[in-house]
Amino acid sequence: MAEAHDISKHIKLYIGVFIALAVFTVITVLASTIEAGIATHVVVALVIACIKGGLVAAIFMHLKWEKTAVLWLVFGICAILFVVLMAIPSLTVNDLPPQAHMGTWG
Amino acid sequence: MSSETLPYTVKPHPVTAMYSGKFGTWLFLASEVMLFGALFSSYVLLRVGAPAEGPGHWLSHHETHLSWKIGGFNTLVLIISSVTMVMAWASLKMGSLQKARLYLIITAVLAVLFVIIKLSLEYIPHIKDGLVPSHSNFFALYYTMTGLHALHIIGGVVVIAYFIGPGAKLYHKDPEYYTNRIECTGLYWHFVDLVWIFLFPVLYLL
Amino acid sequence: MGEDHHTPGFWRRYVFSIDHKVIGVQYMVTGLTFLMFGFCLIMLMRWQLAYPGEAVPVIGKIFGENNMPGGIMLPEFYNSLGAMHGTIMVFLGVVPILVGGFGNYVLPLQVGAPDMAFPKLNMMSYWVYATGGITMLVGFFVKGGAANSGWTSYPPLSNLATTGQTVWLIGMVFLITSSLLGSVNFIVTVAHLRSDGLSMFRLPFFVWAQLVTSFLLLLAFPPLEAAGVLQLMDRLAGTSFFMPSGLVVSGVPQTVAGGGSPLLWQHLFWFLAHPEVYVLILPALGIVAEIIANNTRKPPWGYRTMVYATIFLGFMSFIVWAHHMFMTGMGTKLSAFFATTTMIISIPSVVILTALLISLYQASIRFTVPMLFALAFLPMFAIGGLTGLPLGLPASDIALHDTYYVIGHFHYVVAPGTIFAIFAGVYYWYPKVTGRMMNATLGKLHFWFSFVFINIVFMPMFWVGLAGVSRRLYDQTVYAHGKAVQDLTITSSWGAWLLGLAQIFFIINFFISIRRGKKVSNNPWDATTLEWAAPSPPPHGNFATVPVVYRGPYEYSVPGQDKDFLPQHIAAEA
Repeated sequence: MAEAHDISKHIKLYIGVFIALAVFTVITVLASTIEAGIATHVVVALVIACIKGGLVAAIFMHLKWEKTAVLWLVFGICAILFVVLMAIPSLTVNDLPPQAHMGTWG
Repeated sequence: MSSETLPYTVKPHPVTAMYSGKFGTWLFLASEVMLFGALFSSYVLLRVGAPAEGPGHWLSHHETHLSWKIGGFNTLVLIISSVTMVMAWASLKMGSLQKARLYLIITAVLAVLFVIIKLSLEYIPHIKDGLVPSHSNFFALYYTMTGLHALHIIGGVVVIAYFIGPGAKLYHKDPEYYTNRIECTGLYWHFVDLVWIFLFPVLYLL
Repeated sequence: MGEDHHTPGFWRRYVFSIDHKVIGVQYMVTGLTFLMFGFCLIMLMRWQLAYPGEAVPVIGKIFGENNMPGGIMLPEFYNSLGAMHGTIMVFLGVVPILVGGFGNYVLPLQVGAPDMAFPKLNMMSYWVYATGGITMLVGFFVKGGAANSGWTSYPPLSNLATTGQTVWLIGMVFLITSSLLGSVNFIVTVAHLRSDGLSMFRLPFFVWAQLVTSFLLLLAFPPLEAAGVLQLMDRLAGTSFFMPSGLVVSGVPQTVAGGGSPLLWQHLFWFLAHPEVYVLILPALGIVAEIIANNTRKPPWGYRTMVYATIFLGFMSFIVWAHHMFMTGMGTKLSAFFATTTMIISIPSVVILTALLISLYQASIRFTVPMLFALAFLPMFAIGGLTGLPLGLPASDIALHDTYYVIGHFHYVVAPGTIFAIFAGVYYWYPKVTGRMMNATLGKLHFWFSFVFINIVFMPMFWVGLAGVSRRLYDQTVYAHGKAVQDLTITSSWGAWLLGLAQIFFIINFFISIRRGKKVSNNPWDATTLEWAAPSPPPHGNFATVPVVYRGPYEYSVPGQDKDFLPQHIAAEA
């Protein structure tokens, strides 16, 4: 594990990441006020959230310093399944004939 | 079973480069990704399938009465708690139980603040206005997702409180083992923060 | 580090033990009890199916006037029995036995570990499972009876069902939590606690099967937990996750916000429940592989192939789920996607089955009781697998979906499939757990009677299904097409009751052999894997010295050796 002096370098990094996260939070709120289609808003919000999440995962959760292929494997599988879970249910449910509506009976 | 009879409880394993508790925590987090993922998936399905207007339409920002200011503030509260959480671990790595305890206390306080803000400034006023879970699918999802998230926060606070209090005895018996447990608690905590990082824009901004 | 060396008290040793062997036995005994209970439920149901509207003889009156007035089963009670039979068999019986029982007991021994990676978590997993099991049983005693919307709990029916459904949902939350904790334990144990020399490709196939199974449990269960929470919200908080707008029930329009989707439940449910069926079969394949290797006295054909096939199967199992939903009105593109993945997933199953069959070629087969069950497993699993093919193709599924054909298909895989593997495993590892052999004569009687009767139960169901009889029917004779095949249904019922009687051989054997069975040493089967290096039963900590592994798991009939097996942990002779 890292030595004490390495950890003190990390502390500066933690503060830096905090500031970055705070800034990105402001950016994401501001971005939502700009007029645009819902698709654009979704993409922008998700991209910013992924950047923020990535910072938390890499720095706070130490992934940047973990030397493990196993974690990549586990989360790689997880990511694929996550995408499948996001995409497929709404694809099937909304692929309906014109008169039918997903949330209505009959 | 003590930490001596089972290998790799403190030393990292050559292949995974982690001690057992950390690997186990990461696996648990993978399952949590799938849990919240299913809720996000439900959000996608219900929102995409909602009619443009009429009964069952997806609520607009105006109709949700959700305040991005409160949500944004809470976001910052959680991010700060993540910093204090990692500082607690860093303090232990640098040999100071006292500093770590302080950071853990701040983390727990911030977490409780998050929940109090949620309850007093969001849930209760909403319920008073009739914006209850049964009002619409938006609110059904809002309460379920933030509610489950809040339960995770409360669970985390219980664990942190244990390590501030009775659990801290372990530091004197086996400091590295205790530090590792704080690291694992931290991983869980950062994950809870991560979920909120996605929940906030999805529920408050989109 | 301050560990006391006095023997722990009764509660710590037998009830809240953190020793994987004690926990394994707890899971096994609880699981087998639930299996028997679930079987009793269906034996009761089969009277109503065979003789609709007639009072159940002898025991009919004990179920009370609410469920069976005058001993005649009410449709609501029939539905509860059906839903609970499925739930209990899958979640309280088979999976706890395979993973909690066999997995917990055997896996640490087979990797040469003193225990699981997280012994306290292991103990918690068992007690959360037991709590979930008791919760499920409580359902029978609440107003309105136990859950009665099928083990699949489809809304809107399940949303509107009686209190028992809420109890079911709470029970499922406990069971899922137990599974998740267990799966973390298994994966870390296999990753971290293998003894020296035990590389991944020297692991017994049983361990590989449990490892892949654990990944399935870890990643597939949470969406069902989420779905359970959503249904609890619908039932208790009046939300409309699964309630569409405009729903009218018995002439009463539902006063809910609407806009929900019953299909959302189906997606989340089957996202778990399809991988779940591979959870039901993979450990069983693992058990069968061990026993076949041991009783053919040669290495199984294609060990590496079987491992790769298992990994591929595990991954594919996550992307076939909507083949349970072909009849929901999905568009053709997505139906085609799922039909394709379903056809592809049959390949690794066939590969594994073929490898096991080829393993019999030119083998010196010992027809021990475990081997009889393991051998019977192969063609039974083949029938189950092959009959799944027309279900996985949308066109043929139109005729077969929700008929008795489906019941025949999945029972062939689980009943003469997995449950036979369970029996094989019990007869095989009983001497390791108790230090005594089960009686072989009783075992053979158990086997032959079970094998004959189980086929009598399930084979007719394919014809009943092809005749168009729906599943979950309280009385098929109200339909002409149902009446026409009623004789087949009666045959299945008699097969079930005789099958029930045949289990008496097993139950007697199981208990008597604890005291009267022939005592054995470490390795009564002359096997090669590490669990046979430990005493029978192993002490706390398992191995006096941690075994070092020198070779693969199936070195049987190695040329030049004087014995026909070479255990993994024995250093090679010059």
